[in-house]
Amino acid sequence: MTLTRADYPLAETQPGAVTGKHGKALPEITLDAVLAGEVTMEDLRITPQALQAQADVARDVGRPTLALNFERGAELVEVPQDFIMQVYELLRPGRAKSKEELLEAAATMRETYQAERIARFIEEAAETYAARGLFTFRF
Amino acid sequence: MTPKLNRWKRFADWDERPLRLDKFAAEDPTNGFSAFSSPADPKPGIGIKGGRVVSLDGVLEHDYDMIDRFIARHHIDPEVASEAMALDSATVARWLVDMNVPRETLVRLAHGMTPAKLAEVVSQLNALEIAFAYSKMRARKTPGNQAHVTNAKDDPLQLAADAATAVALGFDEIETTMRVSRNAWSNAVACAVGGAVGRWGTLFQCSSEEAEELRIAMAGFTSYAETVSVYGTEKSFTDGDDTPWSKAFLAAAYASRGVKMRCTSGAGSELLMGFHEAKSLLYLEARCLCLQRGMGVQGTQNGGIDGAPLTATIPGGVRELMAENLIAVWLDLECASGNDARSTESEIRVGAKILPYLIAGSDLICSGMGSILKYDNSFNPSLINGEELEDYLVLQRDFEADGGLTPLPESRAIELRERAVAAIAAVFEELGLSTPTEDMKTSVVYASGSDDTCSLMPRDVSFISEAIKERGITVIDAIKALANRGFREEAENLLNVVKLRLSGDYLQTSAMIRNGRIVSAVNDPNDYLGPGSGYRVSEERRLQLNDIRDVLDQKEVLRSEALHEKDEARHIRYRNLGPAANGSATDDLVIGISPAFGLKLYRTTAGHRLSEVLGAMLDAIRARGLKARVVRFRHTADTSFLGLSAARLAGSGIGIGIQAKGTAVIHQRDRQPHNNLELFSNAPITRLEHYRALGANAAAYALGEMPEPIVVPQRGEAMGSRHHARVALIYAIETGLTEAGAAPEEVDVVLTGAK
Repeated sequence: MTLTRADYPLAETQPGAVTGKHGKALPEITLDAVLAGEVTMEDLRITPQALQAQADVARDVGRPTLALNFERGAELVEVPQDFIMQVYELLRPGRAKSKEELLEAAATMRETYQAERIARFIEEAAETYAARGLFTFRF
Repeated sequence: MTPKLNRWKRFADWDERPLRLDKFAAEDPTNGFSAFSSPADPKPGIGIKGGRVVSLDGVLEHDYDMIDRFIARHHIDPEVASEAMALDSATVARWLVDMNVPRETLVRLAHGMTPAKLAEVVSQLNALEIAFAYSKMRARKTPGNQAHVTNAKDDPLQLAADAATAVALGFDEIETTMRVSRNAWSNAVACAVGGAVGRWGTLFQCSSEEAEELRIAMAGFTSYAETVSVYGTEKSFTDGDDTPWSKAFLAAAYASRGVKMRCTSGAGSELLMGFHEAKSLLYLEARCLCLQRGMGVQGTQNGGIDGAPLTATIPGGVRELMAENLIAVWLDLECASGNDARSTESEIRVGAKILPYLIAGSDLICSGMGSILKYDNSFNPSLINGEELEDYLVLQRDFEADGGLTPLPESRAIELRERAVAAIAAVFEELGLSTPTEDMKTSVVYASGSDDTCSLMPRDVSFISEAIKERGITVIDAIKALANRGFREEAENLLNVVKLRLSGDYLQTSAMIRNGRIVSAVNDPNDYLGPGSGYRVSEERRLQLNDIRDVLDQKEVLRSEALHEKDEARHIRYRNLGPAANGSATDDLVIGISPAFGLKLYRTTAGHRLSEVLGAMLDAIRARGLKARVVRFRHTADTSFLGLSAARLAGSGIGIGIQAKGTAVIHQRDRQPHNNLELFSNAPITRLEHYRALGANAAAYALGEMPEPIVVPQRGEAMGSRHHARVALIYAIETGLTEAGAAPEEVDVVLTGAK
């Protein structure tokens, strides 16, 4: 179901449906639950579903580029932090020495994490960097 | 002989003013010094073929640099572009200031406009029009503000206290950074805890190295990031060690962690970095902003930022800063509108810089305002700092404009600072990070800045910070520590902020938290369509803005006069002798006193006892061998008429009129009421010696002499601002006692001589 601005803010209109990565819903995340050791950082992680919902809302209020960023973000939710930082580093100027390094990262995003939009985005970067000579060595 | 100088001394005076510390640069487009337009700026233009942008502002697709390419692919909406680019720029400029053209119409058109087109349109607006258009075009209706919270020692106790203070002042966001980069984790924990004191909902960021910043966010201590910088030329971008794709990837990474983020850009950065391509500041910034919309970030921090001081040296630079903020909101980006890096040493330029934003409103008027003292600001001093923050509160009151802040009573500030320091100390103790002494804590609570503290030093902080990082301490640990040590409310507050990232509601454009609820451009869109629409200061909010400290009212004036009543009773007695007669002797002078003189009011505005003032005048008159009568008038409280009426009763034809507040006049019978002999209008600076001299001169006139008029020296003090509120309240007490046709009463004055 595609959400609209009427569903916003989700934390107010459907708190029970807003959950963390382990499925714990907003009303269950209380101070007492934290003190009882029942809440971990993983319970405080956004889900791809929530990001998709925000993308729907953003599109409904006329912000398609913001929606796309949320959708790219949704794809990265399951990607480990280290790999995210590795790819970010690779996208910086001169880090990748060839187009292939970036294409490889794109392939991992696509195959391992089903991050199709992200993969295409990295491929677009690879193509641009090649055209603009960004694979040159930097001291 | 007066020596002949080689310059007009006024220039020497001007040399001494803070303004002359500012340096100004000549317009020089070739070297990048042009605000609005340069010969190197391209003409607006677009080519669309098969739904693809094949040329952008005169550059063909195969010649695109990285920025052109990103804008063409991710910003330009090909379906809108042809229509938008064909519009006459002057017409669009008029629409921006036309209250009947809705914001949405203009936002849709911006999706199809190139950087050169956006720059060309806003260039047509003057400063007032830009401010107005900004007010109409900004995304969220309710204005907000952001604070810097840092200190020169990276002292976490002070960070916590200052964060709590900033929260209480109403800042919607607080931003910290460090003197020593490895202290980032300690800063983050300290501000997160301090920011949870008093209320919840203030968003917090810790500006540090990109990867580190994301890790701190992952640990739950921060809730947003805004230092993801972008640049308007390819060379600057790669020199800044990034590309549009790396930064866009980072934007998606932040979203994937449920952390709000905005980019940073602003005039002057390319110029500072040496890769300006001889383009104007506005055109380059328009490129940055199109890029940001293309990246899909919810907002931007722009308006010069670190480049603001340089931009302000260029002709039209300050207007350019406003114009680039306008492009940001026109592109539907949240705007943290600069007004941070202090762009001038002149307080007049500071006030002028902030005013348009204050009255237009902005998502975050400053990004941010120094809530701490200048020397404690690790970003560099802000436009407005802890020193001047009260000035800003008064500007809000002056213009009935909501600048996002609320005056903070002193007792409340102390209470919150004590609580915040105790809270962070408890967290550190509970987690085995540090045990701050009572002395440290007390020094911080009362400190205006880190010069006043004896607390943790940067090296101590480094151990704390490294431990937080190495032990993998998260916000959950901080929440537990708070609750275990009795700071349950703060623990709840902190948990509430972290919970925001679950729904992602605050990732939407211009989101902030007010009264525990999300307020963003989605549920609080700016709906300005002329007077009566858009953001209006409610009556409740107006009263909050008005509530600055030390406000005078009639009750306060009467209370302070009552304190003097007993004291005056020891020094003087007034006895009414009945109707005053016309004097006939030539040595007869009359001092006419006002209705409340010595009856309800007891001191002049300079603080002199009325008994002393009267005594000084009487002594001086008698010293010349003349006689002085005191007559109370009740038909008028006006100085001129008091003086003239006194002169008419006096056998010598010379009278003195004096009001309780100390304003006095020497008058002569047969003169026009306002054509007196001498006027002493500046009571607040009129000293007893002046009243004595006044008496002496009055006597001299009575003796037919022509004395040198008394000059009460003034140095240009803003007498009205200092005294008029009090004066008006006092004068109302005088006029309240007047009665039409009341006859003058002769008064016997007995000065007791008591010390």
